[in-house]
Amino acid sequence: MKELTCIVCPVGCHLSVDESLKVVGNRCPRGEKYAIVEMTSPKRMITTTVRTTFEDCPRLSVKTKEPVPKSLMFDILATLEGIVVEKNVKIGDVIVADACHTGVDIIATKSISSQGVNL
Amino acid sequence: MKTDLTIVGGGAAGLAAALSAIDPQLNILIIEREPRLGGILNQCIHNGFGLHMFQEELTGPEYANRFIEALKDKHIDILLGTTVIDIQKKTDFEITLTSEANGYQHLTSKAVIIASGCYERTRGAVQIPGERPKGIMPAGSAQRYLNMEGYLVGKRVFILGSGDIGLIMARRMTLEGAQVLGVAELMPYSNGLTRNIVQCLNDFDIPLYLSHTVTDIKGKDILEQITIQQVDDKFEPIPGTEKVFEVDTLLLSIGLIPDVGLFDSLQMKKSPITKSAIVDQTLMTNVEGLFVCGNALHVHDLVDWVSKEGEKAGKTAKAYLLEQKHEEKDLKSIAPGSNIRYVVPHLIDYNHLTEPIQCAFRVTKKMAQGQFKVVQNGEVILLKKAKHIAPAEMENLIIKPEDLKSKDPIEIHLEEIV
Repeated sequence: MKELTCIVCPVGCHLSVDESLKVVGNRCPRGEKYAIVEMTSPKRMITTTVRTTFEDCPRLSVKTKEPVPKSLMFDILATLEGIVVEKNVKIGDVIVADACHTGVDIIATKSISSQGVNL
Repeated sequence: MKTDLTIVGGGAAGLAAALSAIDPQLNILIIEREPRLGGILNQCIHNGFGLHMFQEELTGPEYANRFIEALKDKHIDILLGTTVIDIQKKTDFEITLTSEANGYQHLTSKAVIIASGCYERTRGAVQIPGERPKGIMPAGSAQRYLNMEGYLVGKRVFILGSGDIGLIMARRMTLEGAQVLGVAELMPYSNGLTRNIVQCLNDFDIPLYLSHTVTDIKGKDILEQITIQQVDDKFEPIPGTEKVFEVDTLLLSIGLIPDVGLFDSLQMKKSPITKSAIVDQTLMTNVEGLFVCGNALHVHDLVDWVSKEGEKAGKTAKAYLLEQKHEEKDLKSIAPGSNIRYVVPHLIDYNHLTEPIQCAFRVTKKMAQGQFKVVQNGEVILLKKAKHIAPAEMENLIIKPEDLKSKDPIEIHLEEIV
């Protein structure tokens, strides 16, 4: 039996998982899924920023479209180090495709344009 | 300039208030100090917002964008880069503004919603002893420098306080190449959401020192060294428990306070616990036509609850303006009872009670299991069981008008179930 705190949402359910991967304590189905993944191959979302050439918005916030293997977090961040955004970006646009061969894209979480940021 | 409703602040609370106040008969104005809408959400690039509002997990900028998009092509005026410097209540509200683009401006408004958020406590608030070098700052300021401007404020970091911003910055600075040597928490339990302890500290093996505080700071010009010490149950440092860390940065995550100092000229009655206005279930203060919501009213742990409270304020301000309800109020208290620190709203206005009362409150101690009791005239009128109750996590309770047995004051209590 292993005790886990669910990190899928801010509720933070207290989960227990046994050897046969049976989960109790979750208040939603995503908690069960999280516990099983956490026991077998833990994954995390990465949220960070990349450089831009826009004066009023020097950083563009980005995220992995889906959770990526925890062990690859720093490798993925390293690939974002050299990225500089020079063109207008819409929220959801792909900034880096297939980060570190995970099959997961890095997408923008903010829109930026030379006419100014949002609005 | 004349308007019907002025909303001070274009963050989570203000945007939600504006959206729910929209009406063809009303002129609504949002005043935002920053050059863009979104408020503090713009610097909160991490994930996990919006589960209650949108049933999905968004980053701060994405969450803000949902509301900003919804406001487009709506009949709402927005003044960006504009700061409110004074509000007086005469017949209407007389508001003085200033901006780089327009200088001083005056405006009158029939109603005002304060949605100005909160500010971070600084070193002075907790009187940390020692020298006064640079390198000590609130965690939220470091977050803004890093996420919006692109500056990492230090390489060897210690964090005082286990509030959510401190925990999130522990992870964020680690991901950007800094070394976070530890987090000290004065209380015997963390003040952050448990999920943040897991994914921000445990994931990166950052130690959490519970019942510890910073007792010395050394550094001539820039921070060089801090000392932490264990504290006893009276929060006095225990001699011989000193641990020394060589660091260049100390981030403070020691609490947030509603930012309503600007509105003192309005003479709104305040609560010494929440440090903000005392409101009734419509979120109106003792000043007729003045509403407060979001972190300017009390500090929330989820932005979703801030938005819901903003929506409520927008809706009730609209009703106030359109229905011109000026009849007398019948105000009674909603008081915090045993193990409850505060309850918002603080008052119930029986003459304007049409909808269920959404009570938000915090407890004073951690409990594995307990029950909340709503008491009126010594009689329990509502009972709600809860698990994993903690001071760091805001609780909610809805009291329906039919639950109330009379027009007397009510109290909320928490009892432990052993």
